[in-house]
Amino acid sequence: MKFFFSSGHGACPGCSLPIAVKNVLYALEGKCFVVNPTGCLEIISSQYDRSAWGVPYIHSVFENAAAVAAGIDAALKALGRKDEGHVVVFAGDGATADIGVGCLSGMFDRNHDVLYICLDNEAYQNTGNQQSGLTPPGSNTTTTPAGKILPGKIGRKKDMVAFALAHKIPYVATASVAYPTDIRRKVKRAVEFEGAKYIQILCPCVTGWGINSNETIKVAKLAVETALYPIVEYENGELVRVRKIKERKPVEEYLKIQRRFRHLFKHPKGKEIIEELQRIADENAKRFGLDE
Amino acid sequence: MKITLGAVSKPYSALKMKTGDWGTHWPKVDEELCTGCGTCEMFCPDMCIEVVKVGEEEVNGKIKEIKKAKVNYDYCKGCGLCAEVCPTNAIKMELKDIYKV
Repeated sequence: MKFFFSSGHGACPGCSLPIAVKNVLYALEGKCFVVNPTGCLEIISSQYDRSAWGVPYIHSVFENAAAVAAGIDAALKALGRKDEGHVVVFAGDGATADIGVGCLSGMFDRNHDVLYICLDNEAYQNTGNQQSGLTPPGSNTTTTPAGKILPGKIGRKKDMVAFALAHKIPYVATASVAYPTDIRRKVKRAVEFEGAKYIQILCPCVTGWGINSNETIKVAKLAVETALYPIVEYENGELVRVRKIKERKPVEEYLKIQRRFRHLFKHPKGKEIIEELQRIADENAKRFGLDE
Repeated sequence: MKITLGAVSKPYSALKMKTGDWGTHWPKVDEELCTGCGTCEMFCPDMCIEVVKVGEEEVNGKIKEIKKAKVNYDYCKGCGLCAEVCPTNAIKMELKDIYKV
């Protein structure tokens, strides 16, 4: 059991959550206490009487994963058992950006020694694709359906990296499942810091995004190559590293292979949304200096 | 302190759910093309590919291990990610015998 996460879990074929989880656990060599709020990961890995985990694991309710992790950290400190492992939270984007954002802010504020990992699949995929704060504009979800008037979600993807940075925590980074070695390096780097750490990993969802099961990695890579999902790394509030893009691709290439964006190419307001997404990508590229 | 069994499940107890019959396709590894790099092992979402030592060879006087990817068909869901990420195209997805007409 090299990865501390076993076969036999209930994820859809091609799901990218186990890829992110197994590489994080591999980087930590299994020395961690995992807290997991409700979400896809909880449903797939800890069904009744079955657990795929090889590390201590606790399932909390949707909103309080950060608070539970803070409690474990305080208990380990009080018992003098800090050397036994790191406290890691695996939370979905809904649990991070919408429901659990209060507890998360509190945990960042008290600067507990916790590694908080947000597995960002850009909607509430567990319950069948409802929009969350991290859903990008134009995405067709069951709560923002594309119809005659609305072209999917209106608004922007919440900038959780800026939210984490605003709390002045020592380490903030983003990653993508298309680059597992990058995830491993970032996790190893993050646990060197004392205090709250935040890593956001893009995890494409096969059913919610409407892609083939063998395209997960391709889509995760395209999101980075179009600059819609910049891979950045901040240490003590300063931008230290970004993943440069050799030849930046137009956002259409990323949008056209996903069912959730398919309506944008026919909808009367679709062109507007595509232009806005391209503007966001250009903004990212300029702000982080992504172009080589 | 005694924790009751109702709320606790044993580590790796998910192994009793054999997910090998979910998919319609299975990956087949071409041993001649496989270099044992481990990319598929890193990406497999079901932890069912392992790079194992199959032998040894001598290169410039040094003994080097020969490694090949091995698929555990008990748990493979047939998503096809391994075939997609393989740098030498050593993995091909094949239709299972029971689905052949």
